[in-house]
Amino acid sequence: MSHFTLDARRSLCPMPVIKTQDKIAELQAGDTLEVTCTDPGALSDIPAWCRINGHIVKESHEKNDEVVITIQVG
Amino acid sequence: MSQQRKAVALISGGLDSLLAAKMMIDQGIHVEGINFYTGFCVEGHTHAIRKKDKAKPKRNNALWSAEQLGIKLHIIDIIDEYKDVLINPKHGYGANMNPCLDCKIFMVGKAKQWMDANGFDFIITGEVMGQRPMSQRKDLLPVVVRESGADDRLLRPLCAKNLAATLPEREGWVNREQLEDFSGRNRKPQMALAAKYGFIDYATPAGGCCFLTDKNYSDKLVDLWQARNKKDYELDDIMLLKVGRHLRPQPHYKLIVSREDGENKFLKGYKKQFSTIEIKSHNGPLTLVDGEVSDEEFRFAARIAARFSQGRDADSVTVKLTRKDGEEQLVDIPPLPASDIKQEWYI
Ligand code: SF4
Repeated sequence: MSHFTLDARRSLCPMPVIKTQDKIAELQAGDTLEVTCTDPGALSDIPAWCRINGHIVKESHEKNDEVVITIQVG
Repeated sequence: MSQQRKAVALISGGLDSLLAAKMMIDQGIHVEGINFYTGFCVEGHTHAIRKKDKAKPKRNNALWSAEQLGIKLHIIDIIDEYKDVLINPKHGYGANMNPCLDCKIFMVGKAKQWMDANGFDFIITGEVMGQRPMSQRKDLLPVVVRESGADDRLLRPLCAKNLAATLPEREGWVNREQLEDFSGRNRKPQMALAAKYGFIDYATPAGGCCFLTDKNYSDKLVDLWQARNKKDYELDDIMLLKVGRHLRPQPHYKLIVSREDGENKFLKGYKKQFSTIEIKSHNGPLTLVDGEVSDEEFRFAARIAARFSQGRDADSVTVKLTRKDGEEQLVDIPPLPASDIKQEWYI
């Protein structure tokens, strides 16, 4: 199980979701991915995408106008 | 036991595609959703930019639909490929810059490729015969079937009974008797079906699924093409058409003036790509200058920008003018009187 990061800053929804989706397609179940975004819409869209596709949001927070979401690949 | 058939559903986020997918799930079909992102989609974007919209967070309706249905949703970026559809639509545009028929053909064609690549059996859409003037006219529905390459693997559950039986119906994968015969612009049958399924709070976008059906947006796109003398765009261009006031005082330059804090912040991200005007002595908008301007024009543009600042009635306003290459200068200018801002500058 490995940890990965994804920079989705400056892209607007749904691009952060698409980038997350494409990155997760390369990962293994159990891996974690930390996504950093500047579009606050990602705070609802990425968890919604995770719920329907069977991944788990471990943690999410906003810091200095950035949204950081950590996902465990399902 | 018979093999479970698989359908890929085009999910726009609207009610019709939600209902079409639900009907198939109820018939025991394995359904997964596909949603194409052209860059013009109504979903997403500006709610992230404008502060007033942030108070009411906007959900992505395609994701919401998939969650209601309990299906997977694949969101596919078609920004680059879509350019050709929009720039050279074989079947022309609708009331505005919406190339709906070509768009449908393209999306169903992409769904067909996805279906083949992923071992699915057929495609479903929420199209209703006669509902939309361009892409859903009775005589045009077969054009989508033919030109997309989907042929008889394209099933439209909401109006299937008005059309010839498709492969999934003929093969008995789905029961034609349980499909619908909706037609025309009356939305009552869809609303009744939504009530039957217990769907409430579904999206009801006015006009269509993308900004291209919007007259103001289309006018800005046409203006962009005219000013550049070519029909082309990048993602940043089409994002910026959604933000701020757009004024073109002269054919060779345009101003994008932010309307509030959220837009200010968003436009700041473009400071390296455009010359900019910032109001220093008062609260005011950030303005991007799209086009090459002389020093005199830059100052004139600053006077326009100052008109939209809190210093609009002051004798003089201090502004910072920054060229794309980073060269900066602070100048004091009088805001342009309201009567000198010409209505025809607004795009
Ligand atoms: S409204 Fe936009 S996305 Fe929908 S069919 Fe027309 S061009 Fe395509």
